[in-house]
Amino acid sequence: MRELRVTPIKNGTVIDHIPAGLALKVLKILGIGDSVTSTVTVTMHVPSRAMGWKDIVKVEDRELGSREIDKIALIAPTATVNVIRNYNVAEKRRVTLPDRAVGILRCANPNCISNVREPIESEFMVRSKNPLRVVCKYCDRELEEIVAHIV
Amino acid sequence: MSDFQGRDVLSIRELTKSDIQLVLKTAKKMVPIAVGTRRSRALEGRILATLFFEPSTRTRLSFESAMARLGGRVLGFSGTEGTSVQKGETLADTIRMVEAYSDVIVLRHPQEGAARLAAEFTEKPVINAGDGAGQHPTQTLLDLYTIWDEKGAFQGQNVTLVGDLKYGRTVHSLTYALAELGAHLTFVSPPTLEMPREILEHVKERGLTFRTAHRLEEVIRDADVLYVTRIQRERFPDPQEYESIAGSYRVDEAILRDAKRGLIIMHPLPRLTEIAPEVDRTKHAVYFKQASNAVPVRMALLDLILGGAE
Repeated sequence: MRELRVTPIKNGTVIDHIPAGLALKVLKILGIGDSVTSTVTVTMHVPSRAMGWKDIVKVEDRELGSREIDKIALIAPTATVNVIRNYNVAEKRRVTLPDRAVGILRCANPNCISNVREPIESEFMVRSKNPLRVVCKYCDRELEEIVAHIV
Repeated sequence: MSDFQGRDVLSIRELTKSDIQLVLKTAKKMVPIAVGTRRSRALEGRILATLFFEPSTRTRLSFESAMARLGGRVLGFSGTEGTSVQKGETLADTIRMVEAYSDVIVLRHPQEGAARLAAEFTEKPVINAGDGAGQHPTQTLLDLYTIWDEKGAFQGQNVTLVGDLKYGRTVHSLTYALAELGAHLTFVSPPTLEMPREILEHVKERGLTFRTAHRLEEVIRDADVLYVTRIQRERFPDPQEYESIAGSYRVDEAILRDAKRGLIIMHPLPRLTEIAPEVDRTKHAVYFKQASNAVPVRMALLDLILGGAE
């Protein structure tokens, strides 16, 4: 049964062990939307021995760079990334949380200068990794509900 | 050349203990010039731009006075009426323009983080003169100067902060700075307006002890410095509740009966009813002196940043 749902891909990237329910946010972080030219498979709520339930994202014909991948760590620190070449796992990587998140999150403070029309990107500093705590570089406020503020 | 030359002053937390001490000592030397008994041309030929996107008369005038006392010149605006800002110019563009006209920029802006943004768009040093509910580091420096000048030290002093400790940015910045400088802190507020938890944790991490209380009577006899702030009406939906709560934190002669002889009372001003006028006549009242300390402290910063000759 499981093989039917999670079919192998020839070339591309498989992001596994995403916390259940966050697959679409992962796509959002990776900037995978209408403009994508290859097949993207999203499998949600898959049984997992380690996690109970998990999501999986597969992006065909695209190898994600480590900078892109690390952004995922903001919401899915458990995720693993497999680079697939010719049906084989060519590389297996864990995501590592960057020290800064640039242009990924929106500040929750409506009066923050990063929320008005200025030629800047939002920027958050990671103050603690576990639990994840990020602080806006501009207004210095901690961002609560990180997932809800992904751009 | 000091570490300050060309440096931005955006938040008090970016200043180390020795930075703060340098500003205070320099400010002390500036006093004769600030009061006009000595002349200085240390910043002759230098230009300060004061960009006040919202009015703040005291802050702006004390910066302008500070620059003028050092022989420098000032240009700028207060309020955005009639400026390109009203036409929709971004802050980034305004800063890039002003960079060409001045040597140092003082910015007051209604939005948090504005000064940091400004500093990213100019090579010229930026001094944050208040960004919304965010930072106002020069206010903190003049508060620190007042404590140091009156008491001679920070360590061993019991600094008691009273009023709205939850939303008041002045008390937050002052707490961070005093935690570096080693004062003993006491926080007095209504239960709904207590000092935020993360700030208390920071004080603890610095290895300092502090005390919290809801009633001023409980702690007044131990205070060396009483820093009073306004409790704002809009924090309380019920006007009667506001009156009764604000009233219970009022500093008057009666409550000062238990105070130490050397207690000093500070307030960032303007005050409403939180300090009774009768207190003005006592030796405890230093809030007007505190306000006048704005000039030597801002002179010190300008001089250190621009590398004047003094």
